[in-house]
Amino acid sequence: MRPLTEDESKTLFTKLTNYIGKNLIHLIDRKDEPYCFRLHKDRVYYVSESSMRLGSSIARPNLVSLGTCFGKFSKSGKFKLHISSLDYIAQYAKYKVWIKPNGEMPFLYGNHVVKAHLGRITEDTPEHQGLVVFSMSDVPLGFGVTARSTVDTRKMDPTSIIVFHQADVGEYLRDEDTLF
Amino acid sequence: MGRRAKNKQGAPEPLDPKCLDLSRKRKAGNDLNDKETAPRPPKKLKKTGHVKTKSRDSIKVKAKEPVKTKAIPLKGKQKARVDSESSDGWEHVEEQANLDASLMDDNFNDLDMEDDEPLRGPVQEFQFSEDDDEDEVILPSKAKKSKQSKRPTKIIPTASNNSSDSDEEESDEDDPTTMANMEARSRALDAKAAAEAKLDAEELQQAAFNDGDDDLDMDEDEDEVDEEDRFHLPTAAEREEEKKSGGPDVHLVQRRMRECVRVLSRFKKLAQPGRSRSEYTDQLLADIASYYGYNDFLAEKLFLLFPIAEAIEFFESNEVSRPVTIRTNTLRTRRRDLAQTLVNRGVNLEPIGKWTNVGLQVFESSVPIGATPEYLAGHYMLQAASSFLPVIVLAPEPNERILDMASAPGGKTTHIAALLQNTGVVFANDANKSRTKSLTANVHRLGCKNVIVCSHDGREFPKVMGGFDRVLLDAPCSGTGVISKDSSVKVNKSERDFTLLSHLQKQLILCAIDSVSPESKTGGYLVYSTCSVTVDENEAVVDYALKKRPHARLVDTRLEFGREGYTKYRGKTFHPSVRLTRRFYPHVHNMDGFFVAKFKVEKKGKEHPVATQKVEVIPDGLEAVEDTEAAAFDSDEDRPYLEDAKRRRMKAKGLRPPPRTKPPQSLPL
Repeated sequence: MRPLTEDESKTLFTKLTNYIGKNLIHLIDRKDEPYCFRLHKDRVYYVSESSMRLGSSIARPNLVSLGTCFGKFSKSGKFKLHISSLDYIAQYAKYKVWIKPNGEMPFLYGNHVVKAHLGRITEDTPEHQGLVVFSMSDVPLGFGVTARSTVDTRKMDPTSIIVFHQADVGEYLRDEDTLF
Repeated sequence: MGRRAKNKQGAPEPLDPKCLDLSRKRKAGNDLNDKETAPRPPKKLKKTGHVKTKSRDSIKVKAKEPVKTKAIPLKGKQKARVDSESSDGWEHVEEQANLDASLMDDNFNDLDMEDDEPLRGPVQEFQFSEDDDEDEVILPSKAKKSKQSKRPTKIIPTASNNSSDSDEEESDEDDPTTMANMEARSRALDAKAAAEAKLDAEELQQAAFNDGDDDLDMDEDEDEVDEEDRFHLPTAAEREEEKKSGGPDVHLVQRRMRECVRVLSRFKKLAQPGRSRSEYTDQLLADIASYYGYNDFLAEKLFLLFPIAEAIEFFESNEVSRPVTIRTNTLRTRRRDLAQTLVNRGVNLEPIGKWTNVGLQVFESSVPIGATPEYLAGHYMLQAASSFLPVIVLAPEPNERILDMASAPGGKTTHIAALLQNTGVVFANDANKSRTKSLTANVHRLGCKNVIVCSHDGREFPKVMGGFDRVLLDAPCSGTGVISKDSSVKVNKSERDFTLLSHLQKQLILCAIDSVSPESKTGGYLVYSTCSVTVDENEAVVDYALKKRPHARLVDTRLEFGREGYTKYRGKTFHPSVRLTRRFYPHVHNMDGFFVAKFKVEKKGKEHPVATQKVEVIPDGLEAVEDTEAAAFDSDEDRPYLEDAKRRRMKAKGLRPPPRTKPPQSLPL
């Protein structure tokens, strides 16, 4: 477990900004308790400092996870956001999309969101913008990136893809072994 | 139902070796008629006679009989089958075998039914005429015979003791049924059936009699029942023989178990003269082991936990699965909202009970309950009702530091985190690294942000980190409480497993006590729980911990239900406070077998008051014998031995022991 290097922080923050924009500041400067990002076995954890201090007494081979796992760095240095970060991302997301009940299961099985399943979408969402997918009852289900801007989607046919799938809560079951 | 299915499967198999049984039976029928004895197997033969006729009418008549409601739909099914009857011999075989099976069951049901008889007569008459025609059609095919050969194998074991003689009589006539002798035979069969109808009626009356008694669980009237009908306990030799012949029939075992329980409950009155209580117990144990499929060791171990009748209930309830329960994740939603959304998805559920405000019991569901969007979004956790208990007992408070020593797959850990409302910190430990994956997944899915997952051996714990406000030790155990979930326990647990497990548990509980911070302002508690019901994994471990760690004491679990822990069990006496622990049983509480104990760990400085308190308690609660014994050890005789040991210790350390002048002097003393 160690703090992130300059480069790593930069990669991480750029990635996060794609979803939560300026709200990133709320993650770093929290009013309630100081939180920090920590790297452990290529994975980035977001954890309160008090927890982090306690966790530092656990030997590296024995420590499995602490706080919330945000994602992992690939060997090539890219950062992949994991579904476990959804809590924070959904809280601060700038752009959101709501999908209809009949679109929930297809999305949770790892499919893209098609226009027919689209319930609502934040206005003026640009193309290739990271956004959080919600069910109609405001339960966050995952996140992805838009295929087209909101304006363009109006002209598209019902089977065309609106949001490219990136992560969904179904991965807790599907990818349990690789996720952590 | 399962038994019936078994019968069905078995039906087509025996072809040649026993295919002559048809003739045997008829012959036997003749003999029996002559003799005018009334053994049970012929009675069933007669019934199978019914079956053979199996015309639609007869079935209808049968169906009209006021048989148990359970049996009726089944008959309907048979009827449908008969409707589609083909002339193929094999078809018959199966049908008939099925009918056999069902009728066998009916037989057993009939024993419970008193109002059966009036209708019985006509039915039989009805069939006699038909018997002939159908036989002619069917008999030429060999398969037909094989189906009949099926019967004796089923009937004989279920029959009472006289069954063997009918077998012998049957064996003498072995010539195959031909067209020539067929008619004569079927007549004989009819005659026999008629005779048996009478006997049957009588028997049924008796059975009804008996049944009334059985329902009341051993009535006074038992004694009035025919002496012959009385239960005969097999002798050792008979049991040996039975084993050789591949074990008795399930029905026989079932009946024998019932009888044994009845006799043992009023041994003086009901036992056969000259048979000891242990003979009955041994037989009952052997039957339990074979009927429910336990190994002998485990059967005895569990049997001894309860009074006899309750033990049977316990074994019986291990065959039934417990209700599916879920726990609302209060970090994400509320129980009412969750129930509402799940009901909208077609799940039928209800709150578990008053003792928990987060549990829901699922009765039926049209969707897989472990894959709904709500589940994936972490709104609830699939968790057995018993797993709520240790966390409720632990009662964590916000901002505490808590350790869950054996936490995978995280049901209890996430429950603790939810009760902490994501404050403080929870250490979720599990020795098995592969299991920490699902633990981590669950922790993240349920949105617990204050959890640190680590994989140490639990026994390393006070070294890794101590000073916890509360510790939950859900110890690895034999799983004798969750046999309904994992029935492999029945056969794969041996005495050695129990020794190893309780040893591990004792080590773990000491480490757990040492990890608790006695200085904690809000806590200082340890909860020990297992999903096992045996005493040596529960009370014995708790008692051991009390002895080894005098600054820890048991406190009330504050659970309103559950049985008190044993303070005495089979010659072992535990500390009187062990009764503050709680036991839960599948047959009593409809949850998995479970054990919970709560310790309060005091400051070590307080050790003395506690210790003295303990000394005070012991003479009160226990016999003073131990004290005098302890005093006896203090005699001067021991001094030379003690000194010897001291010298040896010093030598081992490489020190030079003082010259041995004094010991010889003290020896003559």
